Amino acid sequence: MSSSLTFAYYPGCSGQGTSIEYDKSTRAVCKALGIELVDIPDWSCCGSSPAHTVDHILSAALSARNILQAEDMDVQGIITPCPSCLTNLKVASHRMRDEQFKEKVDDLLNEPCRNDLPIMSVLQVIYEKLGPKALAAKVTNPLKGLKLAPYYGCIMNRPPEVMDFDDCENPVAMDHLMEAVGAEVMPFPLKVECCGASFGVARNDVVTKLSGKLLDVAADCGAAAMVTACPLCQMNLDMRQDQINRANKSSHKMAVFYYTQLIGKALGLSDASLMLDKLCVDPGHLFREIETARTADAV
Amino acid sequence: MQTGKAKRIKAMETIHVNSSCDEAFIHAVENESGENVSLCYQCGNCTAGCPYTDFYDIPVSQIMRLVQMGQRETVLSCRSIWLCATCESCTTRCPNNIDVATVMDVLRHMARRAGKNPEPQVKTFCDSFLASVKRHGRVFEAGLMASYMTKTGRILTDADLAPKVLPKGKLGFTPHNIVGKKEITEIFQRYNAEKNS
Amino acid sequence: MKIGVFVCHCGSNIAGTVNVGSVAEEALKLPSVAFASDTMYACSEPGQDAIIEAIKEHRLDGVVVASCSPRMHEPTFRKTVERAGLNRYMFEMANIREHVSWIGKDKDANTRKAVDLVAMAVAKLTQDRELTPKTFDINKRVLVIGGGVAGIQAALDCADGGLEVVLVEKTSSIGGKMSKLDKTFPTVDCSSCILGPKMVDVAQHPNITLYASSEVADVKGYVGNFNVSINRKATYVDWAACTGCGLCMEKCPSKKSRDVFNEEIGTTTAINIPFPQAIPKKASIDPEFCLKLTKGKCGVCEKVCPTNAIRFEQKQETAEEAVGAIITATGYDLFDYTRYEEYGGGRYADVITSLQYERLLSASGPTGGHIKRPSDGKEPKDVVFIQCVGSRDKSVDRPYCSGFCCMYTAKQAILTKDHLPESQSYVFYMDIRAPGKLYDEFTRRAMEEYGTKYIRGRVAMVYPKGDKYIVRGADTLMGAQVEVEADLVVLAVGAEAAKGAPQLAEKLRISYDAYGFYMESHPKLRPVETNTAGVFLAGSCQGPKDIPTSVGQGSAAAAKVLALFSKDQLESDPQVSVVDIKRCVGCGKCIQTCPFGAIEEMDFRGMPKANVIETICQGCGICTSTCPQGAIQLQHFTDNQILAEVNAICQQTPAQNLK
Repeated sequence: MSSSLTFAYYPGCSGQGTSIEYDKSTRAVCKALGIELVDIPDWSCCGSSPAHTVDHILSAALSARNILQAEDMDVQGIITPCPSCLTNLKVASHRMRDEQFKEKVDDLLNEPCRNDLPIMSVLQVIYEKLGPKALAAKVTNPLKGLKLAPYYGCIMNRPPEVMDFDDCENPVAMDHLMEAVGAEVMPFPLKVECCGASFGVARNDVVTKLSGKLLDVAADCGAAAMVTACPLCQMNLDMRQDQINRANKSSHKMAVFYYTQLIGKALGLSDASLMLDKLCVDPGHLFREIETARTADAV
Repeated sequence: MQTGKAKRIKAMETIHVNSSCDEAFIHAVENESGENVSLCYQCGNCTAGCPYTDFYDIPVSQIMRLVQMGQRETVLSCRSIWLCATCESCTTRCPNNIDVATVMDVLRHMARRAGKNPEPQVKTFCDSFLASVKRHGRVFEAGLMASYMTKTGRILTDADLAPKVLPKGKLGFTPHNIVGKKEITEIFQRYNAEKNS
Repeated sequence: MKIGVFVCHCGSNIAGTVNVGSVAEEALKLPSVAFASDTMYACSEPGQDAIIEAIKEHRLDGVVVASCSPRMHEPTFRKTVERAGLNRYMFEMANIREHVSWIGKDKDANTRKAVDLVAMAVAKLTQDRELTPKTFDINKRVLVIGGGVAGIQAALDCADGGLEVVLVEKTSSIGGKMSKLDKTFPTVDCSSCILGPKMVDVAQHPNITLYASSEVADVKGYVGNFNVSINRKATYVDWAACTGCGLCMEKCPSKKSRDVFNEEIGTTTAINIPFPQAIPKKASIDPEFCLKLTKGKCGVCEKVCPTNAIRFEQKQETAEEAVGAIITATGYDLFDYTRYEEYGGGRYADVITSLQYERLLSASGPTGGHIKRPSDGKEPKDVVFIQCVGSRDKSVDRPYCSGFCCMYTAKQAILTKDHLPESQSYVFYMDIRAPGKLYDEFTRRAMEEYGTKYIRGRVAMVYPKGDKYIVRGADTLMGAQVEVEADLVVLAVGAEAAKGAPQLAEKLRISYDAYGFYMESHPKLRPVETNTAGVFLAGSCQGPKDIPTSVGQGSAAAAKVLALFSKDQLESDPQVSVVDIKRCVGCGKCIQTCPFGAIEEMDFRGMPKANVIETICQGCGICTSTCPQGAIQLQHFTDNQILAEVNAICQQTPAQNLK
């Protein structure tokens, strides 16, 4: 039975592996907030960056198959936690409005899609359908004293004509949600600067340089941790933090959360359901500090 | 051996504009991208915001200039187009509303078709990724790494991450085959057939 | 009737694609045509003389010229036939240039169409009647809206020319943007030193009545006879009593009032005189920040004022002025730089606009002319100027160039070095626009003598690093991305239409473009006139321009007004609507549809009838097509005259068309 908060959920390939904590925490948080996620049956890879760098029709076809699968569902739209999947689905949908383009895409598919479902990020749904005030009302475990650098990643809000959500230079959705859960958001100036994307394997130097800069600036602005909304960003900043430190001779020990993990923590969900143990840079000390401060306050 | 430093364009010979300006190339870029390259007034805002400029051999605004002047061979042979991450900084900030990122993507498509491969590791990663999708319907991360390492011979890639990542169970060792994986294979087959026809 | 037809070659402009000779031949076959010839350039002196000769020789009583658009030469040829003794409305033009020769190259088809158009013109002419313009009185007073340098110049020139001038200024002092400048390019003259004397002249000129803190509320009437309502805003100070001593400013406790004059880079007191050279030098209270007006407390100014000039109960008043002409000199505003989020969107204290920087440079500004960073008051060492913020940028709907920013940035870079010899300035630019006298040399001085580093490329982002800012741009000439660590960033913001410009335009019934800049009659030949008789333009309200050009336009507009007033009476255009009383049934539909309010109801022997106010009627013809009785007719475009044209073209047999 669907409601105004029932969505077709597109988890994305990395959610099964290297960003499994993002997928799990997203599901847990959505459940707690009353957002119903119905997995798109038998969803397939959107092609991520490699597909669109080879051919736009191929890339659109890979997305279109998933849009088609969702069209039979009784949902408000398709949502996904991954900005790369999001941009592929949205760009495919946008380009397929051109009849000639859609024809070529349909030629590659077994069945054409109608292309009439709205496509959004999970962040957009939480921010716009629920809102920071409603979220704050549900918080039982405010993350007071946690200084965060909010990092949105390069494609969540850009280009504005396609992604159509928040400001493309200074987005604030995640800032407001983090404030709603009691954290302190630092003025981080590189909110939309690219982390190195999928070059980690083939050109590791690109990631160590670009993600290294993000860590440096986050530390400079006084953040104790970074919070992200993209599996690739999180992976580059967290999993590759040792590689970055070695390449740049830095000594960062910056925890990098998924925003859903922090929302979940503030809502009182279990660490296991949020898979906090999957984070490579251990955030344990941060939560202990929050706990200590709270008991001190209570006294 | 990877280098972090970009090489600037080597000193160029005189460009004989009448003969070297490939109008068909310019039209092809405009048709495939849907962008009018004459709108670019070379302000450099794209280069100014591009985080990958450090790694490019030709900065993105100069690539736009070379396209305006129809310098097909120079453009399609460069490394820059393979290192563009489509981060959309350029498109978002262009004062003339040009979708520069799409132009870069289209140039990459053309370079592929022309058989260019100045960044073999990048191409191999991309090809391995798509091969994995074609086979399983979803990316099999471990399989992708294995394929990449075999093809490039770089068997120690990210070996340093293993001690941290493996115990956390973040890397599955079996692919997630989807029920309809044949449909995905078919998409690729039809694409390849079209491409070769 | 004996009509003469003159078909013009216009060199090869018409003759190149129309067989002009055979058009004349065919014209001669038309009924009522007594004479037809082709001529090389009908509008030239010999061309016009030939028309006059033909009129006299063949005793013609009507003339058709087949040539260019009537918008081009109708007035010319009307004068020609008048010189030959005919009424100037016994003249028609067939447009065989813009409507025929310029459209296509098929000579046969063009010639046939030209013949048709001539036939239509001839047919209409047989229905034309002589018309005589009426004259009406002119009120030789002029209203100047806007007290910036263009308005000031216009007002002074009109006043020196013997006219009474009413000058209305929105803010509490005249001077406009120029009064906010520290120095002016390319001479680096002190702005208030050169503008000040002119401002004093305005205040002291016996012919000028100055309404400051006032706005035009409504404009009624027509050229020569406008009635203007002026809203005099409440300043809460009796300006007749105020001496401008400034004691109130010293004592006012509300020190965080919005400082509009200083572009909000500092704050001021709720009661204030905006700057020392203000004209009128009178205090005004900002009601948003005054403690007495918002909370009923304080009232210190009232206690200390030596002339008892404070009036907290003062209300807005309306003044009425009757004038014969209006000069609009309402200036411009600056682009809202906070739209550029990549430059901080207004969040960074040390990223300021050029005009805010100008106030920091000015000795009468909030820092007494010492360049200090707004954040910590320290002197900056590295100052970065960014050009084209809100200009030449389609992505923010400002594709045009604002024209003066390259110049004022060079000036500011030079002044920065003067103030702070240890500083280093950088200018990020795309092109340098320096077309005026000594302009290019001035920009070169900034580079060659003052050590300013000009970097060719835009800036993608500005963000803080510690207490400095990283300015990340491009140097396209080097082919590189560049970063500059700046202490202060100055944005050369572009000009846009003044706030409220479109609303004022509607009151004046003048046109404005997509950006809100007022439309001139002709971009090349009539830059200070509008298409509305009696309303003229001067300065940046017509488009961004520098001071010499604004002053020039102020004088030009004054010249136009003086020319308009050089006669005692003005002629009204007789091509207006006229009501046939016998046919009019008083339904009032024309009164409702007239967009200009030119038709009124009148009583004729106890019956309601329509009456046209000739001086307001603009000759649009809407009433003519509205009237169910055909009682109201636009002279020179009556139903019969237009039907004659329609008949001429529709009654031709197909055989005639295939010739």
